[in-house]
Amino acid sequence: MKYFPLLWAGLWRKKARTVFTLLSIVVAFLLFGMLQGVNAAFQQGVNNANVNRLVVTSRISLTEALPISQQQQIASVPGVAGVAYAVWFGAYYQDPKNFVFATPVDIEQYLHVVPEVKVAADQVAALQRDRTGLIVGSALMQKYGWKIGQRISLHSTIWVNKYDGTSDWPFNIVGTYSFTGDDSQNQGAFFNYRYLDEARTFGTGTVGWWIVSVKDPNQSAQIANAIDTRFANSQDETKSQSEKEFAQSFLKQFGDINFIVKAILGAVFFTLLFLTGNTMMQSVRERVPELAVLKTLGFSDAKVMTLVLAESLLLCVIAAALGLLLACLIFPALKSVVGTVTLPPDVLASGAIVAVLLALATGGLPAWRAQRLAIVDALAGR
Amino acid sequence: MNDIVTLQGVAKRYTRGKETVEVLHSLDLTIPQGDFVALMGPSGSGKTTLLNLIGGLDQPSDGEVRVAGERIDGLSGAALARWRARHVGFIFQFYNLMPTLSAQANVELPLLLTPLSKAQRRQNAQIALQIVGLADRAKHKPSELSGGQQQRVAIARALVADPTLLVCDEPTGDLDRKTADEVLSLLQTLNREHGKTIVMVTHDPKAAEYAQRQLHMDKGTLVPGNVP
Repeated sequence: MKYFPLLWAGLWRKKARTVFTLLSIVVAFLLFGMLQGVNAAFQQGVNNANVNRLVVTSRISLTEALPISQQQQIASVPGVAGVAYAVWFGAYYQDPKNFVFATPVDIEQYLHVVPEVKVAADQVAALQRDRTGLIVGSALMQKYGWKIGQRISLHSTIWVNKYDGTSDWPFNIVGTYSFTGDDSQNQGAFFNYRYLDEARTFGTGTVGWWIVSVKDPNQSAQIANAIDTRFANSQDETKSQSEKEFAQSFLKQFGDINFIVKAILGAVFFTLLFLTGNTMMQSVRERVPELAVLKTLGFSDAKVMTLVLAESLLLCVIAAALGLLLACLIFPALKSVVGTVTLPPDVLASGAIVAVLLALATGGLPAWRAQRLAIVDALAGR
Repeated sequence: MNDIVTLQGVAKRYTRGKETVEVLHSLDLTIPQGDFVALMGPSGSGKTTLLNLIGGLDQPSDGEVRVAGERIDGLSGAALARWRARHVGFIFQFYNLMPTLSAQANVELPLLLTPLSKAQRRQNAQIALQIVGLADRAKHKPSELSGGQQQRVAIARALVADPTLLVCDEPTGDLDRKTADEVLSLLQTLNREHGKTIVMVTHDPKAAEYAQRQLHMDKGTLVPGNVP
């Protein structure tokens, strides 16, 4: 700590240069926090996938429908505990920006297979009574300020309602649900499959995918294989995957987010390495006589090297802390996209590690040069 | 009186490209404790090289350098740095203060290498600034001080760790006559009243008059008749 005033004074020797370098690093770490936060939030969905469940889709593509008649055959596969289905509805509320993950299901079957979704029994009954009923996730209710009993309309980008010829589907909100252990899952809504099936203009009697719970997760692979074998060489061949695999392949539809994030950050930090490295080199070059004086006073080569490295560390750590703090403040604004409001702690921890590595990488060469500085030559201006 | 500096058969050679130049030739010298020596001579005569060897900033190519009771010509870089911190105070022609630090912080720099507490460091630096008559300028940055004041801060920095020896390289080379006289009087006081041994390189015969002895160098050797 006694060297701190010396480090601090060295850092602010050229105020404008330090401010600009600091800002560059702050922006880089803000980007790091935001992108890694989004990536981590998406990965959280994958990591939270239930090991007791399989997702069965068409072998051709996720968008290819499967006949509802498959349900009994899947249920009869040994080891299967329950079967539920869902359909991709593709809805938004009022504006295409307000995407709503509304899923037509048989609520009783669905809750049996996905017990993490908690709905009050009277609200389940209300949904079963009301053909156009809708059970909304607690976060979505809060987002739009909806109330139970309110009538709303969701616009489907896929399905046309044959009774009025529009893509607007009216719903009565009859209840709310909460998803245990993953707040991001509370952004969705469930409604009756029969409502969709009776009113849609095509695809009647089909589902989007099956959700299958298994009795023993160790048998998941064999059960998935047995389901796919059962429909092999039929018109509707299936592809059964664990929920985790399904979540990963679903995410890949948007692109390899992990790769994109790493590629952007790689480019940013590669540039930053040269920018900050150059600043540190310049800073040390300008201070050659001062560093020589420190050595004259009795500061050893190792101590002078440590001082230069510590200065680089101070700059990078302060800037990284500011950048990550800003990311923490801004990240909640992405709640509607990523479903979570806090930057995961491991993102902050990896940010701290990156800051230290950046400091060592950018301060290493100037520190080495400072360490090798010969006093007599430096004082003579050679 | 004890000898504080003893040089025996010291030579110094530099290699620049393919050429090797011998700057000091088999030089012998002793400086007793409490002496104030002015090293004079034309440019390129080896004054500063000799001063660097005495101050432990450089190593001789041949010979033995013994300062403050320790043979320093064979010491490693780290050991030599520790030795300098303990035994030598340096004063340069261009002051060489840290421009971003206050006068007080500049004077405290050598004390960072000691186990003294922050309060003790501050107190010692204040005393050193009082000795050079700049206690009231403690918070000023070097750019806010005149040349003479900056050199006095540099003297305070050289004094603060109570070194065995003060080494001065053209300490008045950048000052006007009046300010130079003030600085030289201060060095003389440090020598006479505080018993500091001082070795000073200078071109200026008037500056040399403040010393107890004058040694003249020419072409890498001490001119006979001046060597004790």
